[in-house]
Amino acid sequence: MSGQLDSVYEVARRSFLRSIRQPAAFVPAIIFPLFLLAVNSAGLDAATDIPGFPTDSYVSFALAIPFIQGATFSLLNTGTDLATDIETGFLNRMAMTPLGGPSLLSGMLGGAMAVAVVQTVFYIAVGFVVGADFEAGLIGVPLLFALSLTICFAFSCIGTFTALRVGSSEAMQSMFPVFFVFLFFSSMAMPRNLIEQDWFRLVATINPLSYLIEGIRSFYVTGIDGEALALAFGISAVLIAVFLSLAAVSLRTTLVRT
Amino acid sequence: MIQGSERAIEVEGLTQQFKKGPLAVDGIDLQVEPGEIYGFLGPNGAGKSTTVLMLTTLLPPTGGIARVGGFDIATEGGRVRSVIGAALQEAALDAHLTAREHMRLQTALQGVPKPERRSRGDELIERVGLADAADRKVGGYSGGMKRRLDLALALVHGPQILFLDEPTTGLDPQSRSSLWQEVERLADDEGMTVFLTTQYLEEADRLADRVGIIDRGIIVAEGTPTSLKAEIGEPSVAATAADPADRDRLVAVLSRFGAASADGNGGGKAWVRLVPGSGGLVAIVRALDSEGLAVADLQLHEPTLDDVFLDKTGRKLEGSGEPASEEHEAVPAGVA
Repeated sequence: MSGQLDSVYEVARRSFLRSIRQPAAFVPAIIFPLFLLAVNSAGLDAATDIPGFPTDSYVSFALAIPFIQGATFSLLNTGTDLATDIETGFLNRMAMTPLGGPSLLSGMLGGAMAVAVVQTVFYIAVGFVVGADFEAGLIGVPLLFALSLTICFAFSCIGTFTALRVGSSEAMQSMFPVFFVFLFFSSMAMPRNLIEQDWFRLVATINPLSYLIEGIRSFYVTGIDGEALALAFGISAVLIAVFLSLAAVSLRTTLVRT
Repeated sequence: MIQGSERAIEVEGLTQQFKKGPLAVDGIDLQVEPGEIYGFLGPNGAGKSTTVLMLTTLLPPTGGIARVGGFDIATEGGRVRSVIGAALQEAALDAHLTAREHMRLQTALQGVPKPERRSRGDELIERVGLADAADRKVGGYSGGMKRRLDLALALVHGPQILFLDEPTTGLDPQSRSSLWQEVERLADDEGMTVFLTTQYLEEADRLADRVGIIDRGIIVAEGTPTSLKAEIGEPSVAATAADPADRDRLVAVLSRFGAASADGNGGGKAWVRLVPGSGGLVAIVRALDSEGLAVADLQLHEPTLDDVFLDKTGRKLEGSGEPASEEHEAVPAGVA
């Protein structure tokens, strides 16, 4: 058992080292969402004048977006790294060791989570630096941290499953726009009840990403909101359960060792 | 320790049929003795790598049985993996890690006790000549360095049987030679069984105690390189008429010394497999001279594994790429 834990740690360590040694993948994952935040905040600040808008600070409202975009980068980076391992045969190398499939998955996701910790700490710090409201108070900080990591974990599970299915780093990269479509058709830029177009409001309502964004947003805008947090944690848990199971099954298929 | 059977590898009727594809491996039988270097020679697509994938438990066979280290590859995969090491066709390395970091990961995954990991890794890095580059990221390594690291990683848990799938493909002669020395050392000094696939005749000839020649999923010949070449018998002579129009006359002269044939490409080339007692190259030179037939090139060709392949399959071994220079006795152009 301790041998497997040791192996999980080493796989996670490798995954983390690999991520931070690819600045071209790691740095944009952290910085790019902040550019979008700056652009959105500057361009949509007047939206706070709309009656019913929940806050008078658009930055506070929009700060949830970098967290979700960061999670999307986690998805792509985790998936791309795993797909590269499949392409280069590194996964076969690991398959020829006594390492079990669950340990391998845990290690890879552990490395992704280490990167997610860095991302989350950075975004929380940015929120404080730009003077965003933080209505949830001190107790909200660890809760926000936990929710952000849970979302990143869920997204990494999606990335892992997708990589095991497509087995190609190029195919993985080409999915970048697909995930952003989900983001754009959510309550990213406007509260759902204030979206004028009926079809857009409907899409945003059935888009699970809206609830993840609203969960994060609640810390900045409304305080500890039990319903928003329950939905965000709940949807993340469902995503984790579904995609982790699918990834485990796919890994068994990919690692066809006898 | 190798269990049950005394053989390191024992294969009977091993088959791999891919969905909607041809038989990649068609019921092969082979045995490899402990401490032996077995060369598995064949052209691209012959079924070499598929066989290795099955024997290393990475691809379940669709038919037949195989025992590696005494364990059944289909039902005792974990035990097979514990006694084998493998460096597959592509060096499976992470470009962002150093050699030392690869060793740290591999020793941990293979269950090497923690206190021994560092020393084991350093020892292997030293042995494959990468000590000076141990802390450099692998992305900056040459092809030869990557191959050597790949080999070292396959050895971290002290396997009894080593699978090397085309280990020298794409390497420069110096890197190839250094890898050959290490493979020979592993077999000679450590008694390791080595199953080596290659498309290089010279590699099989130099390294292998025994060679299995595979083509289109079937083993067409097996034996020591010497015995296989002896089966072919006498040398052959290749001649090129100075004037391509003289090709038929050339074939007629060569026919006196054995079954001669001409190049079908319309050139002036022809060759003959000499029959015993036919007099050899000197007699051919005299015959050509007496016929007043000028040749641009004349070569005596000792049997090679390529001839064995040609004899068994009717084709030359594709991609062998080896100039068997030591085995040619060339006669300068225009002797006759």
